[in-house]
Amino acid sequence: MMRGVTAETIRPAPLLTEDNHAFWEAAAAGRLVAQRCADCARFRHPPRPMCPHCHSLAVDLVDLAGTGTIYSFSILHHPTTPFFDYPVLGLLVDLDEGIRLVSNLVGVDPASITDLSLIGRRVTVEFAPTANDMAVPVFRLADGGAR
Amino acid sequence: MSPTRLPTWGGRAAITGIGQTEFSRQAGRSELQLASEAIRSALADAGLRAADVDGLVSYTVDPVEETELVRTAGFERVNFSARIPYGGGGSMGTISTAALAIASGAADVVVAYRAIRARSGATRFGGAKLSPAPTSGHGGTTAFQWCMPFGVMTPASWMAFNAVRYMHTYGVTSEDFGRAIVQFREYAAVNPAAWGYEKPITLADHQESRWIVEPCIRLFDCCQETDGSVAVILTSAERARDLPHHPVLVEAGGVASLFEAEIATDHYLPDLAEMAASTVLAESLFGDFGISRDDIDVGLIYDAFTPIFLMQLEGLGFCGKGEAKDFIAEGNLALDGRLPCNTNGGLIGEGYIHGLNLVTEATRQLRGDAINQVPGAEHALVSASRTGIVLGRA
Repeated sequence: MMRGVTAETIRPAPLLTEDNHAFWEAAAAGRLVAQRCADCARFRHPPRPMCPHCHSLAVDLVDLAGTGTIYSFSILHHPTTPFFDYPVLGLLVDLDEGIRLVSNLVGVDPASITDLSLIGRRVTVEFAPTANDMAVPVFRLADGGAR
Repeated sequence: MSPTRLPTWGGRAAITGIGQTEFSRQAGRSELQLASEAIRSALADAGLRAADVDGLVSYTVDPVEETELVRTAGFERVNFSARIPYGGGGSMGTISTAALAIASGAADVVVAYRAIRARSGATRFGGAKLSPAPTSGHGGTTAFQWCMPFGVMTPASWMAFNAVRYMHTYGVTSEDFGRAIVQFREYAAVNPAAWGYEKPITLADHQESRWIVEPCIRLFDCCQETDGSVAVILTSAERARDLPHHPVLVEAGGVASLFEAEIATDHYLPDLAEMAASTVLAESLFGDFGISRDDIDVGLIYDAFTPIFLMQLEGLGFCGKGEAKDFIAEGNLALDGRLPCNTNGGLIGEGYIHGLNLVTEATRQLRGDAINQVPGAEHALVSASRTGIVLGRA
């Protein structure tokens, strides 16, 4: 069991490592950021300590627009855990800066999804709390959820 | 494009013994004991003694320590040992690495093994991961760090994103997945070692099984979390000729771990509707070793979840992109089809020893004593999406 989790439904906190903590600390402050190479200016995600394209160690942490397009999704039924309301709507979103995030889609009733037409829809970021007073970026349909 | 390579080790090592425990949901004994029992069976099958073994290969995620295994099985001197990354995706790397060790002279008799309590262990293999397992190989990596806080905590949920994108791109449906499973379960139904023994299903049964991840993975699309062990004994092709069984040569083997690839997830590759690693793997298997797809008589293709089976068929080039559903609907996975597949029932029908039980079935096919025997089978492909081998009857 994760420390800090109570009977209420709250997400587990992200696992912090030396290589990823800046992303999660920004998220806890309500900012969606990504690493961009300070030399060749290419974005990368998940974070890593060296640019895989030019081997530069110089990196900028850049605030992102928080907008993107749904690349894929999933409706997670089983198994369930105490940390989420099920089914969970999993999301793979292509951000406008050219990087991809695993996340959740909020504001959509999973039972209303009867086909794959969510793919290609525009989304915008917001933040959901986790245990340990952290937060993670989640996404909502940009048009407010009209289908 | 991969650089031109001229591998010289193909065909120089052979599988000469296979062994397994029962496949169950509650082994009631340690992984060390399971591995020891499978190795004991495999050595007896090979006509070799513990003292002949001088090499060990397993998975990075296997819980059986080499030192404990050596002390239990009575190996006298180990000259070569290796562990292969990438979880089940790396499973065929155990066999190709063993073959490489033998071809290079680093070892003479190598045991490849996997022991697992996927069902009765401390955490169920398909269950929700709330903390990185010390031996998972996923410890600090992408699968865990970037998925867990979003409830994407299970292997099925990791692979579902790719599967849904695949369905969207090519118009594949859950029924298309189900047709493959009906065939695998038909094979499993006559395999006494299989979880699915005497339990065939219909397409309607598949469609009525509950969602694990909607709209791509139903209960009957999931492999069986299994307790058990499999061991494979390899030695040189020359030495194998003097042993009891007809040698099964490791004719080809390869690894294709691509930039931005992950373990079990692969969320950051450009096109998730294709199994890019399998395409690169096939370029090697069918390009560098002088073997063609037309030579393959039987396929054992890693089916942790049904969608990745179809995606591998396409990635490996046995049909075009988006055409696996038609290939399957035409009956090509059956014994009289173009590529009989997973004739033991696969990981879904027989059990999940993390892929290594596909090697035992390929070996039985090439020895000619499989339960669902492909008549005259001479070459078998075993694919775990990013690692693969071609085995051939000597």
